Parts: sequence; C-alpha cells; structure tokens
Amino acid sequence: MSGYTMRDPTAETAAVRRNRIPPKAVLANATIGLLSISKERSEEFLDTVEAQLTKRGLKILRYAKPTHTKPAPESVIQDIVEHCDVIVEGLAD
Amino acid sequence: MEFLAVLKRDCETCQLVEPVLAELRDEFPLTLYSQDDPTFPKGLGGALDDTSLEKSWRLGVDTVPTLVRIENGQEISRTQGWDCAEWVRVTGIKTLGEGLPAFQPGCGSISVEPGMPERLALKFGALTLESRVIEVDEMDDPAEIAYDQGWTDGLPIIPPTDLRIARMLTGTTRDPGEILGAIPPNLIDCTIEKAAVNAVMAGCRPEYFPVVLATVEAALKPEFSMHGLLATLWFSGPVVIVNGPITKRIGMNWGGNVLGQGNRANATIGRALQLIIRNVGGGRPREIDRSVFGNPGKYTFCFPEDETDADWTPLNVARGHAPGTSTVTLFHGDGVQGLADQKSRDAESLARSLAMGLCAVCHPKLAQWSNAILVLSPDHYNIFKNHGWGRAKIEAALWEALKRPGRDLITDAQGIGVGIDPSRANEMVDKFHPGGLLVVRAGGPGGLFSAVIGGWTAHRKHEEVQIVSKEIGT
Repeated sequence: MSGYTMRDPTAETAAVRRNRIPPKAVLANATIGLLSISKERSEEFLDTVEAQLTKRGLKILRYAKPTHTKPAPESVIQDIVEHCDVIVEGLAD
Repeated sequence: MEFLAVLKRDCETCQLVEPVLAELRDEFPLTLYSQDDPTFPKGLGGALDDTSLEKSWRLGVDTVPTLVRIENGQEISRTQGWDCAEWVRVTGIKTLGEGLPAFQPGCGSISVEPGMPERLALKFGALTLESRVIEVDEMDDPAEIAYDQGWTDGLPIIPPTDLRIARMLTGTTRDPGEILGAIPPNLIDCTIEKAAVNAVMAGCRPEYFPVVLATVEAALKPEFSMHGLLATLWFSGPVVIVNGPITKRIGMNWGGNVLGQGNRANATIGRALQLIIRNVGGGRPREIDRSVFGNPGKYTFCFPEDETDADWTPLNVARGHAPGTSTVTLFHGDGVQGLADQKSRDAESLARSLAMGLCAVCHPKLAQWSNAILVLSPDHYNIFKNHGWGRAKIEAALWEALKRPGRDLITDAQGIGVGIDPSRANEMVDKFHPGGLLVVRAGGPGGLFSAVIGGWTAHRKHEEVQIVSKEIGT
C-alpha cells in the first residue's frame, strides 16, 4: 500500500437486482393497465390498443403521467401495482 | 496566572523577544512551544516540541510569537508579534522589554501556511469525511482507477484526495453534512461533501464551489425538470449562465472564445454539475440518458455574461434579481449555431436578421416548441447601442420580428410535413413562449456575428419545464 487514498464520489448505494415478474402465460381475466406518458399522440396510440384488447374481453384501466417531462408520481405507480396484472406504457411522437 | 508562548526559530521577532521571555519567566510560570526547532530558544533551555503544529492549530495561532495569558486554565488575553505596550498590558510587567524597539511585526505561523489549516483540520479531527475511502496501490494510477470505477465523463479527473476535498470545503460556509437535495435519476441525497468530491474531480478551485452549489440547487428545482432533461432523446443538457460580481472574482471568461475552451472556472463549474448527476444521481449516457446525439456541451457548458457595459441590463436583473447579485441561470440547451450578419448597420435590420436566424431553432416550421439563448457579440451589440437600444428594446424588436404567419408553418405547408397545428393557419404565431428567449451579452470583439443556443423540445410544455435562476450563496 502506498497510503494514497481517494474518496468515493458516488452515492455508495448498491443497486438491488430484481428479476422481472414472468409474463403471464394466459391473459384471460387479467387486468391490463395502459399508461400514457402524456406525449403528443400517446392517447391516440393507447386508444387503439384499448380497442384491440377490449375486443378480446380483457379488463382495461387507463392511467396517465401528468407530464412526459417528469417521472410518474408515486400515487400513479401505486395505483397500477395494486390494480393491474400487466402494464403497457405508451410512448408517442 | 501563567503564560504560554508559541515561537519559531526561523523568526527574527521570536529571537528578539528571547530576553523578554526570560524576564517573564522570572516572574510567572511560562510554557514555550516551538514550531520548527525544540532546542530554540537556547538561552531558555529550549521549548516543547510543536513541530506537529497541534498546539498552534488548537490555539488558532496565525502569527509568531504569540503570547497567551492564562488564569484558572482559561485564556484571558493574548498578543502577537512584538509590541512592547501590548506585552506590558498582557503581562502587567511595566519594565518588560526595556532597551528593545517599541515594535516589530511577527512572522506567519507555520500552521497557517497555504494548505496547512486543511491538513491540520483533517489530522486533528476537526473535519471528518464520510465518503468511502478508496485505497490506491502504489502500482496503480488514481486517474485510471477513476476510469475503471466509471466516475469520469471520458476526460481524466483530478483524484479526490482528503486534502483536496478539505480545501474545496473551505470554499463554502456550509456544513459538509448538509443535504443539497435529491439528485436524479436515482434521487439520492447529495451532501455538500459529495458535491465537493465531484467538484475536486471536475477541477474546480475552492472559490468556485459556491457557484457549483447554487448550480446544483437550481438544477434540482422541480420546474427545471432535471430528470427529464437527462432522460431526453433530444440534444440538450444543462447550460449555466453566471451573473454578478463573482464572475470577476473567480476569473471567469465572458470575452473571446467565451463558449469554448481555455478558462478553468467556465470549464469546471459546468463539469462539476455533470459529474454530480453522473456519480451521485447515477445518470449516465446510454442508460437513463437516452440522448440520440448529445452535444459537446454535455461535458460542460457554463459561461458568464459580459456586464462591463453600464448601459446593459444583466440577464439576472432582467429576471428579477437585485443589481449586483451573483446568480446562476440554468437553461436546457443544445450546441452553438453561429449567425453572421456583417451588413446590417441599423438596429431594426439587425433585429430582423437575428430573428430570422432564431426561427431555425428546433425547426423553422415549429413554433413555441423550444426556447433559445441569443448570445449577442460586442460588435452586434454596438450597433444596437449606437442607436440607443438597450435590452428591453432589443428583446421587443426580436419578439415582433419572430412572429410569422401561421399559414406558412402549418403541417404540410411549403410541401413539408412537419409544422404547427392547421387550426392556427390564420394566426400570427410567436416563435417562443413568453420568457423563452434569453438575450445574453458575451464574446470577443472583431466579428459581426452572434450565437444561438437552441433549447430542449420539452419547452413546448412551458408550464412544466422552465428556465431557473438561483442566487449564489457562501
């Protein structure tokens, strides 16, 4: 050892690696959440997705971030976690 | 009553007072400390060894000799250097120092030599750093370790040693443990100490540190949307404009090559912000930073306004700060686009000309879609000034010249798909939202051209994404 030391400039947090929940094999009886990021034409895209999924008899819940310029508020994420089995997040442009 | 004196052999005044100390010791208990040679003063049998400087540092000595009078373990009074009347006052011995000159200044204490107070504060526990220690083997290069750890933006960093961090912390009056705020994207609390570690790595001097702190705090204002700016596909990154007396004090460059390389303060303040976002917030390119191109300003983009013309209203004053206040203004900006006009000689022509260039920001057929900075060169400014135009008149003329018929801009107009909503065909459309064009004076003489710094496309949501300013503290 030279006795030379530096200090860590990072947050010193270790990311916990969480495995993704495996995709549902069967969508029957699943509740599908559609999250709009509120960019131009997000809604238009998700309306089309909703129409397709509703035809298949699936239950749809719609969500939206207030703005695409910021992360989704915790309340929106909590609501999705509590009520949806699957989430589709819609981009646009 | 007892006395204590701190001396160094390498000080003529300390040598001068040797007989005075002998006289004092005949009357009262006297403890001597020597900073450089414990055998000094020889005639008094030497002194206690303070070559570690611990006693000097704990006493806050800045000049030798320092004489301290103690009663019941408490300091009652002290004097420094040789001032006969003062020594008589402190000791109460009226005959002290007869035959010596009335006055001779002392010498600087070794404990206050440059860099020494920080060294001693670390050594004697007045400053304890909380960040994790990274040991560097003698076979390793600290700069390479920084690369290996992913701490750098691609350029080498200054290794953040304890001493450098301690020196950086002398640049602020704030407590190292104070939390500046949560840095996106990971929303990790950033202490003043962590900011200092990254400011060291960026190459900042301690006197730049208050500007770095204000910059970070401004970036964390919710209306600035730092998370979104980091994550965007667009080119933008934070652009820092510094105003006020601090720009001169820390030697920033607002003149020639203002937007380029070569000035330490300009270069390192912007870099410190980026390193804090990278290292504390975890915001890295090609991860949460989704930018398609980025731009060279994402290494660093910081410059001061030229406030040398008394007729010019500085940007921060125009934004509501008191004249003479030092501030940072943060903009979401792209690269630099040059704008040449070497023909306009009257103010109206020049305003229309600059507006024409500004119309290209983001896309010529888009409006109220992104903001912009117009960096007005001294030569262009002189044309306005010679016509009696100041900031208000220039901005008003630009605003007027930036209105365009909606029919030319709507989707598919001019055979080009991109454009504004067709419902606006009969309006005169503003290029920017109110407050979305910043006019800043900077640059060197000799060129009849100015610079445009285009802004983030999220400025179309002007209530959610705003340009922010913050006063620089201490």
